[in-house]
Amino acid sequence: MTDTKKYLIEIETPDGALVSSEQHETVGKKYDVSVELPEGYVVAESGEVEAPSHAAPEYVEPMLEQKRQHMGIKAKRIISNTIIYIVLIAMSILWLVPFVCIVFESFRVESTWQVGYVIPKQWGFDNYINLFTKTDFPRWLLNTFIMGVAVAVLQTIIVLAMSYVLSRMRFRGRKGLMNFMLVLGMFPGFLTLILLYKLLSDLHMTGNNSIFGLILVYIGSSGMGYYISKGFFDTIPKSLDEAARVDGATRAQVMFKVILPLAKPIVIYTILMGFMAPWGDFVLAKYIAHNTSKGMNVAVGLQNLIASNATLSTNYTMFCAGGVVVAIPITILFMCLQKYYVEGVTGGAVKG
Amino acid sequence: MKQLEVLDYLKLNGWQRFLYNLKCFFCGIPGWFVNLCKKIGRWVKKAGIAIWENLKDLYLTLVKGKWQTKVSFLIMGFGSLCYGQVLRGVLFLLFEIIFVLYMVFWGGSWLSLFGSLGKTPMQKDVYDEVLDQYVNIPGDDSFKIMLYGLLSIAFIIALVYTWRLQIKQCRINEEIMASGKKVKSTKDDMKSLLDNQYHKTLLALPVTGIMIFTVIPIIFMILVAFTNYNAVDADGYNNLFHWVGLKNFNELVNFESNIPGVKPFSVTFGEVLGWTLMWAVFATFTNYFLGMFVAMMINKKGIQFKKGFRTILVMTIAIPQFISLMYVSKMFASNGIINGALLNLGIINSPIHFFDDQANPNVARLMVILINVWIGIPYLMLIATGILMNIPADLYESAKIDGASGFQQFGKITLPYMLFVTGPYLLTSFTGNLNNFNVIFLLTGGAPVKTDASAVGGAVGDTDLLITWLFNMTTGVSGKYYLASVIGIMIFIVVAVLSLIVYNVLPSNKNEGDFS
Repeated sequence: MTDTKKYLIEIETPDGALVSSEQHETVGKKYDVSVELPEGYVVAESGEVEAPSHAAPEYVEPMLEQKRQHMGIKAKRIISNTIIYIVLIAMSILWLVPFVCIVFESFRVESTWQVGYVIPKQWGFDNYINLFTKTDFPRWLLNTFIMGVAVAVLQTIIVLAMSYVLSRMRFRGRKGLMNFMLVLGMFPGFLTLILLYKLLSDLHMTGNNSIFGLILVYIGSSGMGYYISKGFFDTIPKSLDEAARVDGATRAQVMFKVILPLAKPIVIYTILMGFMAPWGDFVLAKYIAHNTSKGMNVAVGLQNLIASNATLSTNYTMFCAGGVVVAIPITILFMCLQKYYVEGVTGGAVKG
Repeated sequence: MKQLEVLDYLKLNGWQRFLYNLKCFFCGIPGWFVNLCKKIGRWVKKAGIAIWENLKDLYLTLVKGKWQTKVSFLIMGFGSLCYGQVLRGVLFLLFEIIFVLYMVFWGGSWLSLFGSLGKTPMQKDVYDEVLDQYVNIPGDDSFKIMLYGLLSIAFIIALVYTWRLQIKQCRINEEIMASGKKVKSTKDDMKSLLDNQYHKTLLALPVTGIMIFTVIPIIFMILVAFTNYNAVDADGYNNLFHWVGLKNFNELVNFESNIPGVKPFSVTFGEVLGWTLMWAVFATFTNYFLGMFVAMMINKKGIQFKKGFRTILVMTIAIPQFISLMYVSKMFASNGIINGALLNLGIINSPIHFFDDQANPNVARLMVILINVWIGIPYLMLIATGILMNIPADLYESAKIDGASGFQQFGKITLPYMLFVTGPYLLTSFTGNLNNFNVIFLLTGGAPVKTDASAVGGAVGDTDLLITWLFNMTTGVSGKYYLASVIGIMIFIVVAVLSLIVYNVLPSNKNEGDFS
């Protein structure tokens, strides 16, 4: 089907001059419409070029028609784009409003309860100062940070080991192990906490020391979250392993010297996710900390501030301030590493 | 049911294929069951043969083996030590010593009580002559009996396995010696752990973690479903509970109410389950389609500031979810900023109850779904953007030349492609939504509370999912652990069945080559 014919089209223009245009046509296909023609020439449905007729009024007619059509498409596009802009801008506002509100409310001095306006009448840092001096917030921040670092390190090691093995090695029981973990994952994970809480409290790892218990709980079964990084390892060609093996590398050397350097995005993604997990976790932390203020993470602590209606009226603006303090570093960190997050998420969500 | 030929199947459009797969799945259930039974039969047969072979092998090893091997039957690792495999031998021996010590001083007594979960209740206010005061004498602790009994069983299984392993090792060593080669030294073992056996090294830590932190707790919780384990039992003692068989599961199918005006537990459970499923469907699909739609809008040719719009949405992912959820929850509270602003502006006279206890259940549910859209769209936008950019542009061009409208292009190209690629993601996000604790708990806390619900499971609200209900059961004063386990098992069954259906119907698993 690559047989191309050349046509030389010669057409007499209204003023008598000859215009020539070289055309390529692939056999079996229709005339390529996108070829530039001299002004006033149109392509008929048959695929042939029609010269404009010599009569002046009839010559203007197709021009206008074309222009009108062109205008129609353009107008349509402008309208649809305007609608899209309006929707997107409205969405952006809708998505940002709560965060703008929370920032404004955190600077409000005149009242500590919920009010019906956004912009404070009196600005000040009172809420922030109170938050750091009158509550356990510094402790919560520290707890969460320690847990974040510990989980980031340990979980990364576990997840990478698991996913690397399942992706790049074949051994007896591999399929069975994967199916087993799939079934295990269908149980609501938090159910296991009833037992773990008792065990950890026997080991004095709850309440004030709940960060140790929580770290264990977070990393304990983190091996089950191997899907995303396994998906990433699957995309690295197997021939690399084989080449290294032929050159005499052991399997451990293959992993550390060949594959892991190539898997930098997923390593960073796993670290990022590990670090962020304690900042967002609520249910496990609440269960393990068990109303002991010193053992809470930021989520549970801040929720505790506004848990009842009585404390809500005195702590509401403080809660807003806490939200801002937590959100800013996490957001900045996330935006810096956004590229890796997107790669990880899309890599994991997409099948092959 | 008549199976379609491959060519006939390919002629169907997407929906027909979907329906066909669905029909196939349900028609296939009986056959599937038969197959399962056959499979189980085969497993049993296989296991029987394996046990028989093992016993035969053990007997032969015992009769024909050297004296080192024979001693290994009693003292684990003796054979390995004799053949110079110091590390293996020491580990085997250590394991046996630990096991014996554990069983004699600790596990044995727990294991003997496992069948009854303890009999002696705690005795309160008994006069103690030595201390000259009234004290409580602790009785049996059923929780510990169950836990350590379970651990002992696990330990025994591990021991039997290891014992068999080391005998096999002796036999292999004997064979190697007989053929005149050298047995593997400790050094070889260490080397192979970094090479041929590297997967064992890597898997050791994760698998141990999963065993301790997931497998044992889950088995324990399954067992709890067959007891009457309460935080506070009728006598005020919380140490003793018993096996009750299937009684807890009977509650689920008992539709008669003991108290007039109060629905039985089974009906309440059905309502919560229904809402959980409804929520999962809505939450998953509204997010999916709207997120895809937003991604398409941002991706459209000729739209400026693509990056700006994307950044704004992505920023909302970055902010920890609990902050946005709790803040939004307070925004919509009856004295929150939205009601306050509306009151100030004079639009309403009394606050609207979005999702507190006086709210209309349907309004509360709608609000939860809408706010979940707000939470979820940025994630889907992020995922969809990448995938949409991967769709070959010539598909659209040829569609345009053939005169397809925008909607046709969406229905015939974009949607099938997205569904194909994100099928697994849809499934995981659906099961994730079934157990979406954070959104419900932090937004509404389950409110508005059902007034006519059975008291057996504690208070439950109209927006409560099974998982939040379960949480309340385990943290409240009543601490209905046995019911929580029952519900946990039910959640597992729901998730497993749905996953099975979706997995069988999903196009990604059937028409593998459609888009590749």
